[in-house]
Amino acid sequence: MSTPVPARANAPERYYNYAYLDEQTKRMIRRSILKALAIPGYQVPFGSREMPVPYGWGTGGIQLTAAIIGPDDVYKCIDQGADDTTNAVSIRRFFANVADVATTEDTGEATIIQTRHRIPEKPLKQGQVLVYQVPQPEPLRGLEARETETRAMHAYEEYGLQYVSLYENISAYGRIAATAGYPVMVEERYLMSPSPIPKFDNPKMAQNEAVMLFGAGREKRIYAVPPFTRVRSLDFEDYPFETQTWEETCALCGAEDSYLDEVILDDAGDKMFVCSDSHHCAERRAAGHVGPMAGHTLDQDAALKEPAQ
Amino acid sequence: MAYVSVKGGEKAITHAHQWLAEDRRGDQSVNELEVAQVREQLSLAVDRVMSEGSCYDRDLAALAVKQARGDLPEAIFLLRAYRTTLPRFGASLPVETEAMAVRRRVSAAFKDIPGGQVLGPTFDYTHRLLDFALAAEGGVAPEPAPQAEEPQAYPMPNIASVFRHEDLLEHDTRADEPAEPYDLTRQPMKFPADRDQRLQALARGDEGFLLSLAYSSQRGWGSTHPLCGEIRMGEVAVEFVPDELGFPIEIGEITLTECTMLSGFAGSAERPPQYTRGYGLTFGHCERKAMSMAIVDRALRHREVGEQADAPVQDEEFVLYHSDNVEASGFVQHLKLPHYVDFQADLQLIRRLRKEHFERRAALKEAAE
Repeated sequence: MSTPVPARANAPERYYNYAYLDEQTKRMIRRSILKALAIPGYQVPFGSREMPVPYGWGTGGIQLTAAIIGPDDVYKCIDQGADDTTNAVSIRRFFANVADVATTEDTGEATIIQTRHRIPEKPLKQGQVLVYQVPQPEPLRGLEARETETRAMHAYEEYGLQYVSLYENISAYGRIAATAGYPVMVEERYLMSPSPIPKFDNPKMAQNEAVMLFGAGREKRIYAVPPFTRVRSLDFEDYPFETQTWEETCALCGAEDSYLDEVILDDAGDKMFVCSDSHHCAERRAAGHVGPMAGHTLDQDAALKEPAQ
Repeated sequence: MAYVSVKGGEKAITHAHQWLAEDRRGDQSVNELEVAQVREQLSLAVDRVMSEGSCYDRDLAALAVKQARGDLPEAIFLLRAYRTTLPRFGASLPVETEAMAVRRRVSAAFKDIPGGQVLGPTFDYTHRLLDFALAAEGGVAPEPAPQAEEPQAYPMPNIASVFRHEDLLEHDTRADEPAEPYDLTRQPMKFPADRDQRLQALARGDEGFLLSLAYSSQRGWGSTHPLCGEIRMGEVAVEFVPDELGFPIEIGEITLTECTMLSGFAGSAERPPQYTRGYGLTFGHCERKAMSMAIVDRALRHREVGEQADAPVQDEEFVLYHSDNVEASGFVQHLKLPHYVDFQADLQLIRRLRKEHFERRAALKEAAE
């Protein structure tokens, strides 16, 4: 590949500070992170900067990462659970260039994992930081468009509107119809958006060993869930919270308990299901697990051995 | 191999960017555009990029226009992403537009006002006919415009000074110790927004969005019945007080466009009837933007004058939160990023709801039979 060799961090030809942001900005962001960790689930307004990627493409997550990353970190970046989605590749490259960090696809090996829309299947460990990219930090925004109103609602812990909305779901559909971005209550105080992760991932947030940081660049908010924090998905006694399940297993690795993506194979309705977490799937295949369509061209390791046209 | 094209990865990105560079250059038998040509001959594009990019640098703005292939919101984004990394060494003194070296100055409120009407380089009163002579290669230099016989008034009085002796127009009082201005590039939006925050947001705001809002106000959606008190465009000196010196020094000169819109106010128990103002200010020559900004600024001041507020242009959260085209463009276009995890979650629900729908229908049909 003819990618030009990027300038190293301290090389004279580098035009930007280490990890892109200047040190004053990093300090401001770190202060916001500390405040967010001290008040779990509370949205801290911060002086979000323009970043060299567009708003909505991970500017909040990138600013968080830039503020906490150091040369000893090992950085992993996923989008839709996969390391090889284009935007994840682009962001991982960015930090490899501007912060000179080692990058990895291995969930267990990473010190910082930046994610969009998923929590990795492998349980996170103490010492790891999970950085979420958040498009809309306000869980109540769909119910109330005004920031002045929603801030007051959080201040007064006035979440009746949210429960009414869930109740309306039940009366209309017989169940709570939220599928991704399913609202959670943090430490029984702040209602929080888990970012648009599928509700399948919600239970992983509770009592998680890792630090979870959420960054919304365009909306200029940072919030956090410190390790070992109570995180409860909203529900009713008679309509308890439930996650997605599949009748299918992963076609490549046979996993029965991972979040699956549906892949359309042709126009005749043929499809397969594969793990959304690409590293989880690869690790299982390496360990000898075999799914019903193992060796398919989508199995990229197999495809390498036997290139398709 | 559809899946692989979604999970394109590193190689696809590199190749796509190479293709982009090729497309930017266009047909190589045509001379490459120089940044200086953009700066000198697409100067209004440069002005808009500097204004909404919040960075007064003609060369960088011209480079951004070239790099963005003429896509101005993209150029604005490029300039902003550069600007944000610059160290900040302080704030200048407020510029004095009354001391502007005016190149253009018109008022629609009076037939003649002190200092006179100065048309300057304007599209106004041109006939919008394509000039095919311009398309011909090797055009001759335009004939120089004749010089005025007398030098202009200096300082050029502004609309506020014209009204000053009659108190017909609201006026600002100058603070002895001006407060540190609100800075949206360092602080998030807060509501209610004060004047400095509002004007900064509007100055950085998208010209098209503000134009349409101003237009909606003229058409009766939150009307302010504006009258163009004055538009002026020209050069002002920028002064800065370095800590080491303790007195102001001139650090440069910038081109600004300023617009004051007048709007009648019938008065209240406390305030006599008076004209109120809306204010617009841009870098460079951005007249459409400055006028729109002034109308929107005035519309957003409804609370101060006790106007009923039910139109979009009067809604501070609506206007200020949605005027930034770098934010808007990024978020609208992020929809082309993959969303298949969410879509899968949604698909599951819809399939389940459909299944239940048909089961219910079948049961009803059975019961009817």
